[in-house]
Amino acid sequence: MTGTDLTATLSRSTFTGLRCKECGHPYEAGARHVCEDVCFGPLEVVYDYDAIRSRVSRATIEAGPTSIWRYREFLPVEGDPIDVGTGFTPLLKADRLARRLGLSSLYIKNDGVNMPTLSFKDRVVSVALTRARELGFTTVSCASTGNLANSTAAIAAHAGLECCVFIPSDLELGKVLGTLVYNPTLMAVKGNYDQVNRLCSEVANTYGWGFVNINLRPYYSEGSKTLGYEVIEQLGWRLPDHIVAPLASGSLFTKIRKGFDEFIKVGLVEEKPVRFSGAQAEGCSPIAQAFAAGRDFITPVKPNTIAKSIAIGNPADGPYAIDIANRTGGTIAAVTDEEIIDGIKLLAEMEGVFTETAGGTTIAVLKKLVEQGKIDPSETTVAYITGNGLKTTEAIASCIGAPYTIEPQLASFNAAWEQSQASHGSKAAPA
Amino acid sequence: MAIQVLIPTPLQKFTNDEASVSLEAASIDGLLVALEGRYPGIQARLCDENGKLRRFLNLYVNSEDIRFLDNQATLLSDGDEVSIVPAVAGG
Repeated sequence: MTGTDLTATLSRSTFTGLRCKECGHPYEAGARHVCEDVCFGPLEVVYDYDAIRSRVSRATIEAGPTSIWRYREFLPVEGDPIDVGTGFTPLLKADRLARRLGLSSLYIKNDGVNMPTLSFKDRVVSVALTRARELGFTTVSCASTGNLANSTAAIAAHAGLECCVFIPSDLELGKVLGTLVYNPTLMAVKGNYDQVNRLCSEVANTYGWGFVNINLRPYYSEGSKTLGYEVIEQLGWRLPDHIVAPLASGSLFTKIRKGFDEFIKVGLVEEKPVRFSGAQAEGCSPIAQAFAAGRDFITPVKPNTIAKSIAIGNPADGPYAIDIANRTGGTIAAVTDEEIIDGIKLLAEMEGVFTETAGGTTIAVLKKLVEQGKIDPSETTVAYITGNGLKTTEAIASCIGAPYTIEPQLASFNAAWEQSQASHGSKAAPA
Repeated sequence: MAIQVLIPTPLQKFTNDEASVSLEAASIDGLLVALEGRYPGIQARLCDENGKLRRFLNLYVNSEDIRFLDNQATLLSDGDEVSIVPAVAGG
């Protein structure tokens, strides 16, 4: 697409181009993600907020589709979006978990039931593939820890785009099957996510594909803002006091903040302080380590944790996540794999929500921060659950016991029932 | 010592669209100087005013991030492959 074409089509949308987040250098809204003319910083989308303000109100949003596209004025697309029902997931008032932890007002934003592939990645991919189509790509791709692969393959199938995705070869079976079923070309790379990413950067250099998290990254990452918008709307057009979210690359965390800031900026919600706390697994906690050491730069690590979906050893947006936690009076903490499994079980038993390891990490950090007094019991707190537990059953298979296997006779049931009532805590049979 | 350097798309305007170039250098710092010698202006893109590699750039020697090695003082051997990769988001 030429520059003139871009200018003409962009006049219908609310975004005006791209800009370097570090040095501010402007770029046209094409497929690019780094400030190649100056400093190699990440590019972000620039919006005309006056135009947004003039077009959007609480009423227009409430009258929109029950998907992320109710917020389309805030998203970097020009024409008809690919709407597969992504977003507007439940904001669950978690009273039992709140009581257990000693909080008065706790909500779970449950993207484990997002559509079509049960993770928050459907938000970013819906935006990225809509933009990919607008930019003329016919093949889309990504480097993924699993959830992004599921989402890219599924939404590409719906949109009729060719798809080739890259994952580390040691991923959970559910995430591999949950990609293959859509019949993309799937490359399982013998290496960790950071190595997959590096390979993909080189492929992106030569193949001319739309990589959702590389050359489409400025558009892709904007999809996460909808997790901020929805919480505001679902809380009755108000901000929470404290949010806890998992940190992988750090992008989600920064975009929830941006979502809050934009709604404040255009007058959709009243401003007030919101504390931002981030959750990492100890086996891959470069951002938590930098936060604890008071550093504003990240030293990469080699991941070793069951929380594979957030195992990014070299997190691109880590410095921005640290900045947000510091500015808002939040914190960034890490928990062990055992605590992550306990977090998964706690959320399931208290609220009926089965999350994957990333969600277990968030709940474990939430619990830890309450115990450490870093979340005030009176704060309205939102914990972001970003993925579904059915995708990572391996992680908990050996920790949740087994069913009682009985004969189809009352006596057999009576004996097993007695046994189950005698055990304390777990009601399952020993594994 | 011949070092093969993989150049990302955004920098190929300096290398006459070459995605891979061969240079003589004994360390990463030496490589940066050699790159600048052959492709004037490229160093200012890679490094800040103090000569430090920009924080959003990753350099790998034979697939290993130089931050796990000796950063810019990392020594290079004949036949090493160095890739320059801008940071990307993930998951």
